[in-house]
Amino acid sequence: MRLEPKPAPSLAVTLLFPLAAIATTLMLTSLLVLAAGASPLSVFYLVAKGAAGSQFALLETLTRATPLIFTGLAIAVAFRAKLWNIGAEAQLYIGGVVTVLLGTGALPLPSVILIPVIMVAVMAAGALLLLGPAVLKTRFGVDEVVTTLLLNFIVLLFVSMLLQGVLKDPMGLGWPQSQKVIAEAQLPRLIQGKRLHYGFVIALASAVLVWVVMKKTVLGYEMRAVGHNSEGARFVGILVNRTLMKTALLSGGLAALAGFSEVSGLKGNLTLDLSPGYGYTGIVVAMLAMLNPLGVIASAVFVAGIFVGADAMSRAAKVPSYIADVMVATSLLTMVVAILLTRFRIRWR
Amino acid sequence: MGKVVGSAGRRIALRLQRPFSPWTGKEASPVTPLPVTDVSSNPALRLSRISKRFGPLRANDAISFDLKRGEVVALLGENGAGKTTLMNILFGHYVADEGTVEAFGKPLPPGDPRAALDAGIGMVHQHFTLADNMTVQENIALGTQSLWRMRLDRAAARRRIEQLSADFGLAVDPAATVSTLSVGERQRVEILKALYREARILILDEPTAVLTPAETDALFRTLKLLVAKGLSIIFISHKLHEVMAVSDRVLVLRSGQLVGERETGSTDRKELAALMVGQEVKPAEVSPVKLGAPLLALERVSTTPYNGAGLDKVSLTLTAGEITGLAGVAGNGQAVLAALIAGIRRPTGGSISIAGREVADWSPRAALAHGVARIPEDRHAIGSIGDMSVTENVIAERYRSPRFSRMGFLNWKAAGRFAEKLIADYDVKCPSPEARIRLLSGGNMQKLILGRALDPDPAVILASQPTRGLDVGAVAYVHRMLLEARDRGAAILLISEDLEEVLALSDRIIVMSKGRFSTPSSRGERSIRELGELMAGHSAERSDHAA
Repeated sequence: MRLEPKPAPSLAVTLLFPLAAIATTLMLTSLLVLAAGASPLSVFYLVAKGAAGSQFALLETLTRATPLIFTGLAIAVAFRAKLWNIGAEAQLYIGGVVTVLLGTGALPLPSVILIPVIMVAVMAAGALLLLGPAVLKTRFGVDEVVTTLLLNFIVLLFVSMLLQGVLKDPMGLGWPQSQKVIAEAQLPRLIQGKRLHYGFVIALASAVLVWVVMKKTVLGYEMRAVGHNSEGARFVGILVNRTLMKTALLSGGLAALAGFSEVSGLKGNLTLDLSPGYGYTGIVVAMLAMLNPLGVIASAVFVAGIFVGADAMSRAAKVPSYIADVMVATSLLTMVVAILLTRFRIRWR
Repeated sequence: MGKVVGSAGRRIALRLQRPFSPWTGKEASPVTPLPVTDVSSNPALRLSRISKRFGPLRANDAISFDLKRGEVVALLGENGAGKTTLMNILFGHYVADEGTVEAFGKPLPPGDPRAALDAGIGMVHQHFTLADNMTVQENIALGTQSLWRMRLDRAAARRRIEQLSADFGLAVDPAATVSTLSVGERQRVEILKALYREARILILDEPTAVLTPAETDALFRTLKLLVAKGLSIIFISHKLHEVMAVSDRVLVLRSGQLVGERETGSTDRKELAALMVGQEVKPAEVSPVKLGAPLLALERVSTTPYNGAGLDKVSLTLTAGEITGLAGVAGNGQAVLAALIAGIRRPTGGSISIAGREVADWSPRAALAHGVARIPEDRHAIGSIGDMSVTENVIAERYRSPRFSRMGFLNWKAAGRFAEKLIADYDVKCPSPEARIRLLSGGNMQKLILGRALDPDPAVILASQPTRGLDVGAVAYVHRMLLEARDRGAAILLISEDLEEVLALSDRIIVMSKGRFSTPSSRGERSIRELGELMAGHSAERSDHAA
């Protein structure tokens, strides 16, 4: 068995690959559903209904998709330049910390100024957090997969320390949680009385901006060149290390916005369960989107839908909602295979 | 040694050392008796209507031939004619779409290198397959003894290796570590490896590409000894004089087809060249030199080693209107010199000046900014970014110029127009400017890289192995482009392992050996033999030439 390169497929065919990957995922996970003693068709129907079957479900899915768009974009940008940022979770939490530091009354500013100020600070913090591993990689050849992954645990413990100490809400009845951000620092709700907030709009705008950067700008060109062939990029005069630094700054900043959006738009304060692994799920989101920034929106909504729908399904069908984790993880594997098949043709013998 | 006289005694020694299959622990499948005693009339090898297709490309098209026992057959053909594909089918690396292979009258199962080895086929690849950190003996014995055997019989293996090297003039120390060996010695180890496994058919893929002329002569003597002992040899080459010197019979391949079969004694180079190319090739016409100002100067430059030797205080001046050819055996510092001039390596000592001004901060950007065009040795790994489009690749050296970007935004329209212009001007065959450059053939890719480098009308051109792996038409095209650039007043450094290419194009020839330069010689001044001696590292007696 061998792989032979093939011409790039048309856009229509390219769009079919994620769908085929999802179909394969459903088939594979039906085995587990059967093992749990339920009918796969009814379970998948219930998941779909729970994710998009009502206005409430749909809004909940979009709310859940918001942080995934940010982390998905962060990963897509980094992976495009082959900077393996596995640390979006840490960058997200640092974003939450900075939001709380500046948003709980330290800066008495009106909303229109305060929110942009917080966003800039949040992005800077996330960017700096990823800059460390990027410097270690370019200077000393330290594998960024290891450094960024381990930073997740360091940052989570650091946040835990803050929430037990200086950031602890004195009125929080002893829970390790921060004070609520002031009203001026809150992102307003998109629809009154619903959970969907303006963070979703910022996420959509970010996706468009990142798409423009990747497609139209010199920076995006350099990032793609470095990602595809760093030796070749260096030969034509692209400053590879500098490009990786810029990539790290952009990626870290985007991931940190996820933390800002969750604290400022949804939760109101920082807790240790701010993210149920959005930083890691962002990897799946980015891969399903084949690292396309606009595709990230669709794949984030899809992945969020599975989680939201699985919650609803488990109440009705008595299948554990962990099936959502299996589905998302399986879709990463099938998608990796699908991406391989967009570029290569398999020759049996 | 030397006690065993005559073939009978040697045969016993060989029998005792028959290879074991490492998988089964049993003796490898029985081989037919050694040729000396064999009287059957089966040819050593019979290929019948072998065809192999790669997508639309017919790499092999119904190729049939017999290899008789005790003969040397040369497989002659241009790069891309299908020689290597055919040998890979023979050796079981590829499976033919159609056709069969028989060894000594028995069909060879397709796609099974193990079966090919057991049938007595040995292959010496163009790129050696030795473990650098192991000794010669370990490399040779590797895989010949059962994994289940507790103890390696080193003494016997060593005796056998020494016997083989004495018999066939393959001098090499069995205890030496491979990394310390010269290229010629490594090749001898590869041949010994095949002989140790009782190969009776030896395939040599472009064996002389990495050898000096003297080493080539030694190899040819070894081959004569081998056929005298009854081995059959397939010698793959695209060099006519070697084919004439070493073979009994010549098979000529052209675009996948067997286009001619000649007894070496009854043909000549001219006829073979015509068969190989399919048309008459005229050597590039060279106009008289019009020397201009010195453009690029290296002053006592040293570097760390990189893909071979490093540079050792070398000085070089490239003058406008002149092609300087750098000949030499691979690994003598050409790679690092090319990398240095391209800007991807920095000197550890000495200086680089452009048009008389020293450039302190040397880098790819500095090289480009000073009008140095670079045609890299490896167009896939360095010269192009395979997964990006033709358009994205052709602007790669100039994407920051106002022509292609403004305020950090790329001008894709201008880039697309530029790509279309290069595709038209350099006659590049590609589906569209949006196609990934990986999908282009080597020749078309090289034309684009050439266009990218030459379009800004550079002052200095570095051409490193510019025609490696190209077909005849593309080679002639690259040569014509380089000569035109020279006539326009560019200073050109041509680095090539193909001595004929260097001789054909260069106004001035320098030989590189162990990181140092010979004194330059002008066109036609030194004979091939003299150049060969310089390549082998004998320093020139003459030193009164001005650099």
